[in-house]
Amino acid sequence: MTMTPAPTKPWAASPKDRAIDGTIFLAALLSSYVVVFITPMKGKLAYFACFFIAYAILTTTFKGIQRGNAAAKDALINSLVAIGAIVTVIPAASILFTVLQKGSPGISFGLFTHDMSLATPTDPLSNGGLLHAITGTLTLMLLSLVMSVPIGILTALYLTEIKGRFTGPIRFLVQAMSGVPSIVAGLFILSAILYPITKAYSGLMGALSLTILMIPTIARTSEEVLNLIPNDLREAGTALGGTQWRTVAMIVLPAAKSGLVTAVILGVARIAGETAPILLLTGGGDKVNPNAFNGPMGSLPYYIWKSFNAGSPEAITRAWAGLLVLVGLVLFLFTSARFLGSRKVSK
Amino acid sequence: MSTQELVIPVAREIHTEPRRSDKVFRGIVTGGGLSSLAILGLIAIFLGYRGFEVLRQEGIGFITNSDWAISTDDAGNVLESHFGLAAMLVGTILCSLIAVVIAVPISVFSALFLNFYAPGWLKKFLITIIDMMAAFPSILFGIWGFLVLMPSVEYWAKLLHRYLGFIPVFDMQVPVFTRSPFVAGVVLAIMIIPIITSVSREIFSQAPLDRIQAAYALGATRWAMIKAVVIPHGRSGVIGGAMLGLGRAMGETVAVFTVLNIVFQVNWQMLLGAGGNVASLIILKFGDASPYEIKALMAAGLILFLLTLIVNAMANLIVKTTGKSGR
Repeated sequence: MTMTPAPTKPWAASPKDRAIDGTIFLAALLSSYVVVFITPMKGKLAYFACFFIAYAILTTTFKGIQRGNAAAKDALINSLVAIGAIVTVIPAASILFTVLQKGSPGISFGLFTHDMSLATPTDPLSNGGLLHAITGTLTLMLLSLVMSVPIGILTALYLTEIKGRFTGPIRFLVQAMSGVPSIVAGLFILSAILYPITKAYSGLMGALSLTILMIPTIARTSEEVLNLIPNDLREAGTALGGTQWRTVAMIVLPAAKSGLVTAVILGVARIAGETAPILLLTGGGDKVNPNAFNGPMGSLPYYIWKSFNAGSPEAITRAWAGLLVLVGLVLFLFTSARFLGSRKVSK
Repeated sequence: MSTQELVIPVAREIHTEPRRSDKVFRGIVTGGGLSSLAILGLIAIFLGYRGFEVLRQEGIGFITNSDWAISTDDAGNVLESHFGLAAMLVGTILCSLIAVVIAVPISVFSALFLNFYAPGWLKKFLITIIDMMAAFPSILFGIWGFLVLMPSVEYWAKLLHRYLGFIPVFDMQVPVFTRSPFVAGVVLAIMIIPIITSVSREIFSQAPLDRIQAAYALGATRWAMIKAVVIPHGRSGVIGGAMLGLGRAMGETVAVFTVLNIVFQVNWQMLLGAGGNVASLIILKFGDASPYEIKALMAAGLILFLLTLIVNAMANLIVKTTGKSGR
C-alpha cells in the first residue's frame, strides 16, 4: 500500500496560535477596564483607546519574544493600521447614529405637507414643516442640473474626444475649480450678477453658484467614464463613414450613458447640502415658492441653519429632522450612483 | 447607333478638412471646455473689481493688520474704516494645519489597511463608507461637531494642556477651551480624512506588483514590504493628497463657523477659544454689512480664492507627477 500524504495547510493558524490570539485579546480588554477604573479617564472612547494601546503593546511584545524584532514591528504596524481604519469609520457611524436618533422624533407626516409661513422655528413641532425647503432644494438641484450638465459633459468631451491644444490646461483648471471654496462661488455670483443686475435674492442666483461647484465633479467623473469607452468603437464609427460629431453622439455617448448618469448624480449629491452660497444668495423664504426667478427661496440647508441658530430645543429638533431628510436625500443619490456605477462594470 | 459621349466623372476632391457639422461640433465642445477657464477668470476679475477700492485704501495692511471695524454716519456714509485680515488668515492656516496634522497619519494608516490588510468584503464595505463620508454635507459635520463632538474634544484639549502644557503649542494663559481652533481642526480633520484616504489608497494601489512580490519572496514581513516598496513609491502622492485636504480645509465655511469662536486678534495658541477663519468671517459679517463693508468681504474672498487656488494647483501638480513616474 502506498501512503498518500494528507493535505496540510502550514500557513493556517494552528489552534495554539488562535488560543494565544484570543488570550491577548481578552487580556487587552481586561486591562482597558482596569485602566479606566483606576485612572480618572472616562467614556467609551477611553475604553477604546486603552484597549487598543494594550492590544498593540501585548501583541508587539509577544511577537517580539516569539519571532524577533522584525515580527514585533510588523505586529505593531498591524494594530496601528487597524486603528487608522477604525478611527476613519467611527465618525461616520457616530454621525449616522446621531442623525437617526435625534432626527426621528422630529419626523412626522405634517412635516412634509406644511411650510413655515405661519410658524417660527421655536414653535412646537406640530406647527409648520419643511415642504418649502424640500421643494426649494429640488428646484435648486434641477436648475443647476440644467446649467451644469451640458458644460460639464462638453468639458469632458473636449478632454477625451477632441484632445486639442488646451487639453492640459483645461484638465488642470477643472482640477483647480473643484477646489474653489463654496463661499467664493457665492461671493462671485453676488458680485457679478446679484448686485449689478438682478438686485434681489432668488433661487436662480443660488442655482448659478451651485452650478460652479457642480461642473468640476461632473466633468471629472465623465472624463473617467469616457476614457473607459474602447477606442475600437470610435474607429468603427469613423470606418462606417460617420463624422466625428455623429460618432460621438450616436456611439460614444450612448455607450457611456449609465456612467454619465452616475457622474451627474454624484454632482447633484455634491451640491445637495451646500450651505454657504445658499445663505448668501437665496434669501431663504419660509413659504413654498415655485418661481425660482423671483422672490426668496427656502432650501433644506437654509432651514437647518435657521433652526439651528434659533437655539431652542424645538428648533434644534427641527434642525436634526431637516438634517435627517437631507442625509436621506444625499444617501439616496449616493446609493443610486453606486448602483449604476457597479452595473456598468459588471456588464 | 448614337454615339454616347464618354462621361468622365469629376474626380472627387479629397481633403482632410473636417465637414461643417464637425467644425460646429468642435467649436461647441471647445467652447464648453473653455468655460472652466472663463469661470475661474471671471471669479478673479469680479472679486478683484469689487474689492479693488478696499484693497487700494488698505494696501498691504489688508493682510498684516487684524482689526475689522467700520463706522458710518446716519446717512450711511463711511466715516472711518479699518479692514485687516491678519487674524483671519492666521486662524485659517492654524485650523487647517491642525486638521492636516491629525488627518494624514490616520488616512495613511487606513489607506494601507484598505490596500494590504483588509479582506475583500471588508475593503469594499469600508471604501463605500469612506466615499459616503466624503459626500456628507458640511453643515452636517458642523452641527454634529458642535453638539456631539465638541464636549469630547474639549476634554482632550484639557488633557493636552495639563500633561503636555510645557510644549509651547499646547500652552495658554487663560483657560478657555470652548470653540478653539483645536476643535475646528478636529472637525476639519474628520472632513478631510476621506479625501486624503482615497488619494493615498489610489497611489498605494499603483505600487508595482512585481516589487511587492519580490519583497515577499525575499522573506519580508508585511511592514518590511510596505517600508521598502509602497512608501517610497507613494510618498509624494500622499503629500499631494495632504495638500488637497489642506485646500479643502482652508475653504470650509459652515462647519468651521459653527464650532469656532471668531476673534479679531492674532492667536497662535491652538487650545485657546479664540480663532479666525476667512470664510467664516464672510458669513459672520455678511448679514448686516454696509455696501462698503461688502467690498471688503469681496476682497477677503479674493484672497481666500487665490490662497486655495495656489494650494490646490501645487497639490494637483504633485499628484500628477507621481502618477506618471510610478508606472
